[in-house]
Amino acid sequence: MPELVDSLLEPFRSGIGQRALLEVVLVAAIGGALGFWVLTFGLAYGAESLAHGLLPGLVAAALVGVPLLLGGLAGIAAAALLVGLAGRDERVGTDAATAVAVTGLLGLGGVLALAPDVPPRLGELLFGDPLAARAPDLVAAAGLVVLAGLALAALHRPLAAVAFDRDGARSLGLGAGRVTIALLGLLAATLAVAVQGLGNLLVLAVLVAPPVAVRRHASTPARAMLGGAVVAIAAGVVGLYASHHLEIATGASVALALCLAAALGAGFPVRGPRAPARGRLRRAPG
Amino acid sequence: MSALVEAGGLAAGYGGRPAVHGVTFAAEAGHTVAVLGPNGGGKTTLFRALVGDLVPLAGSVRVTGRPAYLAQTERTRLDFPVSALDVATMGALARSPWWLPARRADRRAAAEALERVGLEVETHARFGALSGGQRQRVLLARALVQEARVMILDEPFGGVDPASGERMDAILGELRGERRAIVVATHDVAAARTFDRVLCLNGRQVAFGEPGTTLSRAVLEATYGSEIVVLEEDGGPVRAVAVQHHEH
Repeated sequence: MPELVDSLLEPFRSGIGQRALLEVVLVAAIGGALGFWVLTFGLAYGAESLAHGLLPGLVAAALVGVPLLLGGLAGIAAAALLVGLAGRDERVGTDAATAVAVTGLLGLGGVLALAPDVPPRLGELLFGDPLAARAPDLVAAAGLVVLAGLALAALHRPLAAVAFDRDGARSLGLGAGRVTIALLGLLAATLAVAVQGLGNLLVLAVLVAPPVAVRRHASTPARAMLGGAVVAIAAGVVGLYASHHLEIATGASVALALCLAAALGAGFPVRGPRAPARGRLRRAPG
Repeated sequence: MSALVEAGGLAAGYGGRPAVHGVTFAAEAGHTVAVLGPNGGGKTTLFRALVGDLVPLAGSVRVTGRPAYLAQTERTRLDFPVSALDVATMGALARSPWWLPARRADRRAAAEALERVGLEVETHARFGALSGGQRQRVLLARALVQEARVMILDEPFGGVDPASGERMDAILGELRGERRAIVVATHDVAAARTFDRVLCLNGRQVAFGEPGTTLSRAVLEATYGSEIVVLEEDGGPVRAVAVQHHEH
């Protein structure tokens, strides 16, 4: 038995391992919970776009020497602005314009991050490496968990009312647009904080994979959020163990564990009567 | 009499183009107004203007307080994990701070509203697993919890089983007695005759007034176009049946 405990604790004996564990647990907790609303509001593509589009801001901040958090936020603002402007051209279409704008930003960030004479850590911004998490990253992640957790608690009823019935929510005094913007603000803050330690790849996996795993099985939004957080933390820890024992890249290992959890959860049969298909029909004036 | 809903020369639509125009009507306290018209005739557009979702392109609209809006049930998310009680409790958002959890009193009011619509057994059932008629009754319970003086119901009887229809009909009668104003979109001309007023729309206002004098064959044909068969009984037209055209 002591051998088992020893082997379980082994990856986390070093400061690097402990910081990686804490970073993954904190980001997984908030990402898994927030992800339910991101998916419910149909913002998975938006989250991917912002996560990829913020890279130039992040890299520029690292090159100039200002905090990465500021760079991440500036990158998100720039990406949102560019996507918004590109999407205005009706000849191109919003989806195509977003794809082109975001791929361009990702390419720009990649060119900057992978240039031969930039600090070595910039490469981690692309692919993520929880083992590189430092104390300021952990402070930012802990602050995010507290503030975003409080915001999610305060927004719980408006989010549920708008997600369930946008038209009905309006007559309850809730603007669907304002509630969606609040959710986007939370998403942007989460991306800006989490991407520093976890990179573009992992940050998206931690937002999207957990709700895919649990939402068909949850009977309430609160349980879906809690379940998402638990699945994200569990998959994150499994990813860390896999990375340690198989000697593979940590960020990629955690992301793969999260995606595996999504596949398992989505494929697992739903208990009781099958959940019905989406009931929202095309909105026709009349 | 005091009008709780008033529209004058109202035009509303999308992208600057009116889907309905020239709407002038009023709903008094304790009155029911049936809104008749074909699909695409402007009923939902009018309702969206009444609840403040659309800014009028012309004319004016005034509604006392924040109206309760019962949309067509198909517009709700059936895959969203909420119970009938959760949905009814959402009505309390209209009169309590949104950032606080629902109070015990709110949940009690929601349970009572579900009882009133005859769904006390289904209180904890998942909304998406209920029948169409039951879902409409849950949404009506949410509107009851809202305690609005004006209730706007978009085809609440569409696809509803007879038991649900009768129960909802009875509740509308009770609400009328509570001096609320109730505006209901419907396709049922016979049912519209039991309302205090009827408003006929077909991209514009065709007629507004008491059903006995308003629901003539000419008005129904102008409302529904030529693609209807008007069935008459002793008292006049009772039903307008749309003729289905199939393209080959």
